Amino acid sequence: MTALVVDDNMVNRTIHHQLLDNLGIENVAVGNGKEAVDIHCSGKAFDLILMDMDMPIMNGIEATRKLREMGIRSMIAGVSTRSMEQEIREFIEAGLDDYQEKPLTVSKLISIIRKIN
Amino acid sequence: MDIVNQLQRQFIDHSTSLHREGIVDDQFTELQKLQDENSPDFVVEVVSLFFEDSEKLLNNMARALEQAQGVDFKQVDASVHQLKGSSSSIGAMRVKNACIAFRSFCEAQNREGCLRCLQKVTHEYSLLKNKLQSLFRLEQQILAAGGSIPVAK
Repeated sequence: MTALVVDDNMVNRTIHHQLLDNLGIENVAVGNGKEAVDIHCSGKAFDLILMDMDMPIMNGIEATRKLREMGIRSMIAGVSTRSMEQEIREFIEAGLDDYQEKPLTVSKLISIIRKIN
Repeated sequence: MDIVNQLQRQFIDHSTSLHREGIVDDQFTELQKLQDENSPDFVVEVVSLFFEDSEKLLNNMARALEQAQGVDFKQVDASVHQLKGSSSSIGAMRVKNACIAFRSFCEAQNREGCLRCLQKVTHEYSLLKNKLQSLFRLEQQILAAGGSIPVAK
């Protein structure tokens, strides 16, 4: 299984990378939604995308929408600090398969991965 | 009590006090559980990144709030949001909570309130940094004495 971590925060990228590594999931990290779209345009594909919501240049909502328009069918899990329903509704409607509130833990990540399997 | 046992006891006591005082929460324990033989320095590395990142963000906030007229509250809020996110991710509970309060003053565009919050966040950050650096020093002393680090429960 392969994964893409999309988060503008270096601390979060490092932690999510380690979480995935510990589960034996090969993974790459990028710093915003545009980089997530670009890496797919370069031909790379991932089973799982962990998408942050608030990012500069292109946020998680725009990136998710764009990836779905491109025909990307990977599992996209939104991972954000937002918790209010109205805040995350637009994110979910952009094309998420799952949403988890940060901080991401092993058990939250496992519950995301179970949905892929 | 030999030196290793003594140091291990100090480590456990220090760890316990970090949680009891609310300086770190369960997320810090989750981070410690991610450390293994393949990444033996993971916690120190990610916390060092956090320190570096936080100091830049705190400087950004201070500079933005220095403007007596025309404070860019969106810019301040963006930095506070970043700090809230990363402090939550490493389990720095008091820093995170100070950021939550800070964001309300950014939203209200209240410069005085923001300055007070900046002072509070800076204080909590300095406390966290001192306590975690002490914890890491104890770890190094235990390893240097030939002992092993007590496992986080």
